Order: sequence, then C-alpha cells, then structure tokens
Amino acid sequence: MVQKIIVDPVTRIEGHLKIEVDVEKGMVTDARSSGTLFRGFELILKGRDPRDACHITQRICGVCPIAHGTASMFCLDDAFGVQPTTNGRIVRNLIQAANYIQSHVLHFYHLAALDYVLGPDTAPFIPRFKGDYRLPKPVNDMAVGHYIQALTIRKKAHEMGAIFGAKMPHVTTFTAGGVTENVTAEKIALYKQLLAELTSFIDDIYVPDVLAVADAYADEWFSIGKGCSNMLCYGVFRESDEADPDGQKQLLKRARYTKGQFGSVDAKKITEHVKYSWYNDSASGRYPGAGATIPEPGKDGAYSWMKAPRYDNLPHEVGPLARLWANRQKDVTGLGEEKAFSVLGRHFARALETSVVAHAMPAWLDQLVPGQPAFAPFDIPKEGSGMGLHEAPRGALGHWITIKDYKIDNYQAVVPTTWNGGPRDDNGQRGPIEEALVGCPVKDPENPIELVRVVRAFDPCIACAVHVLEIKGDCEAKRFII
Amino acid sequence: MGLTRREFVKLCMSSTMGAYLLSVLGPDFGNQLAFAADEKPVVIWLQGASCTGCSVSLLNSVDPPMEKVLLDVISLRYHPTIMAASGHLCGELLEEIARDYKDRFFLVIEGAIPTKDNGIYCTIAENKNIELTMLQAVNILGNAASAVIAAGSCAAFGGIPGAAPNPTECVPVNKVVTKKPVINISCCPMPPEHFLGTVVYVLTTNQVPELDRHGRPKMFYPKPIHEECWRRQFFDKGQFANYPGEEGCLAMLGCKGFWAMADCNKRGWNNNVNWCIKAGAPCQACSEPLFPDESEPFYGLFPLTNKQGVSYNEVIPRQTGFFEEPLKNRIRERKHGIE
Repeated sequence: MVQKIIVDPVTRIEGHLKIEVDVEKGMVTDARSSGTLFRGFELILKGRDPRDACHITQRICGVCPIAHGTASMFCLDDAFGVQPTTNGRIVRNLIQAANYIQSHVLHFYHLAALDYVLGPDTAPFIPRFKGDYRLPKPVNDMAVGHYIQALTIRKKAHEMGAIFGAKMPHVTTFTAGGVTENVTAEKIALYKQLLAELTSFIDDIYVPDVLAVADAYADEWFSIGKGCSNMLCYGVFRESDEADPDGQKQLLKRARYTKGQFGSVDAKKITEHVKYSWYNDSASGRYPGAGATIPEPGKDGAYSWMKAPRYDNLPHEVGPLARLWANRQKDVTGLGEEKAFSVLGRHFARALETSVVAHAMPAWLDQLVPGQPAFAPFDIPKEGSGMGLHEAPRGALGHWITIKDYKIDNYQAVVPTTWNGGPRDDNGQRGPIEEALVGCPVKDPENPIELVRVVRAFDPCIACAVHVLEIKGDCEAKRFII
Repeated sequence: MGLTRREFVKLCMSSTMGAYLLSVLGPDFGNQLAFAADEKPVVIWLQGASCTGCSVSLLNSVDPPMEKVLLDVISLRYHPTIMAASGHLCGELLEEIARDYKDRFFLVIEGAIPTKDNGIYCTIAENKNIELTMLQAVNILGNAASAVIAAGSCAAFGGIPGAAPNPTECVPVNKVVTKKPVINISCCPMPPEHFLGTVVYVLTTNQVPELDRHGRPKMFYPKPIHEECWRRQFFDKGQFANYPGEEGCLAMLGCKGFWAMADCNKRGWNNNVNWCIKAGAPCQACSEPLFPDESEPFYGLFPLTNKQGVSYNEVIPRQTGFFEEPLKNRIRERKHGIE
C-alpha cells in the first residue's frame, strides 16, 4: 500500500518548504517538493536603476545575500563593460569567502546537526522527531558544546566580512566596478586576525565533527540520497584581473561532470523546462537570458511554480559536492561516486570546501595593495545586456540583465535551489532532490527524520528558489510548488 | 528588580559614541533579564515574505551573545530556522501556543505579510491537511499575543517584497494586528541591538517603549544620521566625494543620511566593525518606511567618466540624495501603474 507523507514546514533551512513523498514498504517511491512563499523579485526589479540591482537582489536571501550581490555585480560589470581593479576583485572575493565560512558553519551546526545530534531537552531543541540519534554520549555532548561555540564563530565570520562589506548580511559597499570601501593596512591586519581564529575552528573542530558524525552514521548514510549523479559548477573566487570568459582563472573552476565524464561548461547549453511547471509550454527549453515567464496556473500535469533548469537537457546537482567533484578535488573523488554522492558525502564536501577556501584567503590578502583604488568608474549604456555566473555557498548562481533606456528591462536569476529542487523536466526526469529522496527508507511515518536528513544535506534555500516568477493579470495561484 | 524605565532611558542617553547601549549595560544585561522575569518569556517567531536576513542578523548579537539569549533569557518555542521540530510538530505547536498561552507570549514577525488572494503567496505550516497562510497565522497569533514585535523593515513597513509594484500586496504587521501593541524595529536587516534592547525594555518595565510616528522605539531612531555623521565635517567644509572611495561627504553619491532616522553612526554593524557611510557606501535609508522605493536610485551623481563624450547626468535627470522630485514622480507613476 502506498502511504503519502507530508512534511510541512521543513524547518532549519532558509525559507518555506514542504515535501510530499509516497512510501511503499518503508521506502520512498516518489517525491515532490514545494516552496510556499512567492515575492516576485523580477517584477520588482523591472524599471529600476540598473546599479541598484546588486542591492535589491541581495534581499532575495538573507543567508547568501553576498552571492546574489556578487553575481549581480558581475552581471553589471559585463553590461557596463567595466573591469574592476585588482583591489576591487580581491575585496569582493574576501567578502564572499567570509560568507562562505559563515554559511557553511551555520548550515552544519545550526541547521543540519540537530538531525544527528541530540539537543538539550529545552526549547528550541524540543519538540523534535524521534529517531536514531547514534552519537555516543561524550561525543554528543561535545557536539552540543560546539553548536554554542559555532554561534560565535559564524558571528565572527560576519564581522570579518563587514570589515570590507560595511554590514552583514546585506552588504552596502558592493557596486559595479568594484567596491566602495578602501583597502588599508589596518583592515588587512584585522581581517587576518579573525581569519586565523576561524581557520583553526574549521580545521580543529568543524571538519573533525563532520567526520565524527560520518563515522557514526556511515553504514547507511554514505549510500542514501544518491541524486542525479551529474555535477555542475560555474566557478567561484576570481584569481586574475584578466578577462575570463571560460571561468578557468578561479579558485574553483567552471566545470561539470555528466554521465561519468568530466567536461567544460558552455553557458548556452543551460535551458529551463516548464512542462511540469505552471507556465505556458511555448517558453519551455529556453536559455535564461532569452527566458520568458508566461504563467498558466492549473496547467494539466504541472505541479510546480519552479522551472526545471537543465544543462544539455540533463539534471545537474549544484553545491559544495558538485564544486569539489567537478574540480576533481582528491579527497572527494577519492571517496568514489558510490560514497561521495550521498547525504554524508555532501556534508563532508561542504566541510572540506570551507577549509580549502579558508586556506586560500591569506594569499589574497597579501595581494591587496593599501591605498590603491578598489573602484573603477563606468558609464551606464542606454541599452545593453550582461551575464554574471557565480557560486553561492549552496551552488551555481546565474544572473542575467537587459538594460533599456538606462533602466532594467528584464532581470533573470537562476539559483542553486532551482537546480537542486526543481521539478521534472520536459523529458520526465526528476530534479536532484526529488531523485535523492527516491529509495530513502522511512522507518516511522510519524517521525520521518530520514526525509529531512536527505533534504537538508542539499542546504536548500527556498526564498531564492521561488522568487523567479512573474505574475500577470489576475491569475489565481493555489499553491507554490518548487 | 530590573531597571526602571527612567533608569534605562537615562542609561541609553548617557552612552557615548562607541560605548553604546549594550556595552553600557555590559555583561549583566542577560542576568538582569533573567532576573526580571519570573519565568522565561515564551517567544514565537514567524517568517512571512522575508529573506531570513533579520534572523541571521539577530544571531550576530554580541552583547548579550545569542547563546545566552537562547538558553537563559527567552524560551524560543517557535523559530523556523532554529527549532528542532519539523512537519506536523510545528502546526501542533502553534495550536498549543494560541490555546494555552493566550496573552502570555511575545510574537515576533519577520517579513511582510502577503494579502493578495487571501494570502496564498505565503503558507507557513500544514496541520491535518489544512495549509496555514502567514496572513491567518498573524491574525490569530498576533491578536492572542501580549505584544508583537515587527522585526525588520519588511515586517515594519513592507520593505522589499512590498516595493512597487508590490506583486503580492504585502502589508506590514500593524495593518493586520490591530488589537495589540506592535513595536516596529526597522532597518534591513534589523540591528540585533535594537531587537534585544526592546525586549529587555519590555521585560524590565512591562511597558511598550515610547514610539515615534512610525511605531519605532524613539531611543533607537533618534535623529537623522547626517546630524552626527562621521563624514559631517566634510559636508560642512563642502568637500564631496565624486566617486566611491574618495574622501568626502557622500551626498553626491546618493547618500540618504539626511533623512534616515537611525543610530548606525553610534552603534555600527557587526560588533561595530563597520557601517555603510564609514565604508564609503551611500546610506540607503533602510530604516525608513519608504525604503526602497523612495530611497532609489541608491546612487547619485556618479558615474562621470564621460567616455562617450556625454555625461550620464545630462541624459537623465539625477537626484543627489535629497533633491529628488523627478524620482518621486517616477515612483508615483509606478505605484499608479502609469508606466
């Protein structure tokens, strides 16, 4: 007999998410995920000053605003034809890297850990799903202590970002052409001080904690949640001032892994499918830069307000695991596809990436030149267009802009959680999260802790995912499903 | 006993730049709170049309640190980003609170409330196959709470989701909750000090702090930033920055410090590491009800590169942060759907 389980809301993620699965003989046979908030960002952006886009888009998500701001700045640089200065490029990297540390630490300790670690018996740690919390008591107690310590650490990561970003979240120093904050020796020194403290937390506590959890849950959770097995990375942390159309001059390079083969990325092969989304089929299969959004609520067979982005018509997972795997990072590829593409594989890759980024940062700081400008002037074209490919902590993020009469004519964002959490595409292929849920065991339908473990490992960000919708006329929306 | 209202305000007022409210109250802040309340007050935190930025910002609280607030000061029974519970447990919790804690809990709302099509644009939980919209939740819980805090500019004024053309017809909390006091804590994101300062005030005095005409505690939104701006000296001497990164007053770059009622100049952000104007970024007036529509464009007179032989400023009339008639007209047009 097929039993339907609904988890609404899925908490400890960014945003509003509901998941619905069919369970047969203790095993998930089908899955659908729904985002339940819609704000209409693209509609709000239309007609505004293009320079403001890198501030408005940060409000898409308060956990990764820096990623949206940065993607938007790349997009504006491209449209305005301006090349940021060396200082500007590096400072942007430093603000973003600080938020990577913040976001990854927050995700593991404060969002995901309570699925594996038994919290104290007080609010907000109770009530909770009953489940197989397996950590030995001393390890569990230590992890709870680290939950508290990590609150301070992520706060310090934000302070570090604010040295150049003015305030976190929602950085105000971002602008096309660079940043408004100047580089001084004092700021570099302060940044280094905080970075040293964070790096030791990452290496001595965060990574070992993830390994301890992995150890206790290894027998099942290195195989549950396989997903679509295709990986996509746009690349992040630019390491050269030269033009880089292929995204190869970055710390983590633009790359992908499709059907067992590593390959390069051609942005033109990105399309968005809408057969199972409430949009008119005529807009299906288009490149986002030429995208159209024609809502058709109640469309037969559709179950989602999110489009299904595909690369070369195939679903691709994005995020830390995809970035490190596509970049052939040895520790991750060393696990082999079988173990790496799993719930624990995703947590492991995220922790490892935090360490990789933290250790790359001191070199960037040394390349900064105090007193040199961090901003390059530009003109706004009367008409133009631009693209910004970037990586949010939770995966590949692309912004596209069209400018007409000095104003934003069209703005599109394809965000990590649409890649991971989108519905089936025109060919009926499930999205990565849906795919990862299929085959997941559910021991107790009243306490479906297994499901939330699978979903949270992707670090979904729903506010990001459900913004990309334009509503016209008086169409009535029943529900907003990813 | 905790502080009396007078003592508290006195403390706030006597604080000097750099040693602001929370540092004045010092490490005893949390202890006073715990002492003042017989039992830990129950706090319910709901997220509507929000980005979670205000929750993240609250976690950035330094004094008292968030772990102390969470474990010793308040009983945070419901918070979508922090709570252990998921699924049906959440809907049941909300039911229990509304039933058993009437007039004995604080409700915090983050994000605006979509009202179009009966609020279907934001549903926050499902219980027994019934979806609960944010609008319903705020209606029920808001009017059952002892007081409501609208955390951040979206909850206080509509903010970004409520910006023109306001696709989901978002409204601020005080348009929905009419029977109970609503305290607005604006800025985008909300400064953690203002939130916790308000909580300590309410707990120690059992009163709502004195509010300004926009429903914000007067003590935290005292006067325009410009009056005591760190770049004020430049303004008085007539030295204006023409590009980001230049020394000088940021008026020509579109700074809205002239009408932004906030204390960023005293408090700073992220443990007072930095703040917008200090970092050369024009103030966006994120504390004000008309953010973002009327504080846009965020930038003023630059760019002035004149590469194409024509100045951008000659092409379309620009505002300089406070001479903004053309902008206001544009917004009016947009709001009325003329464009």
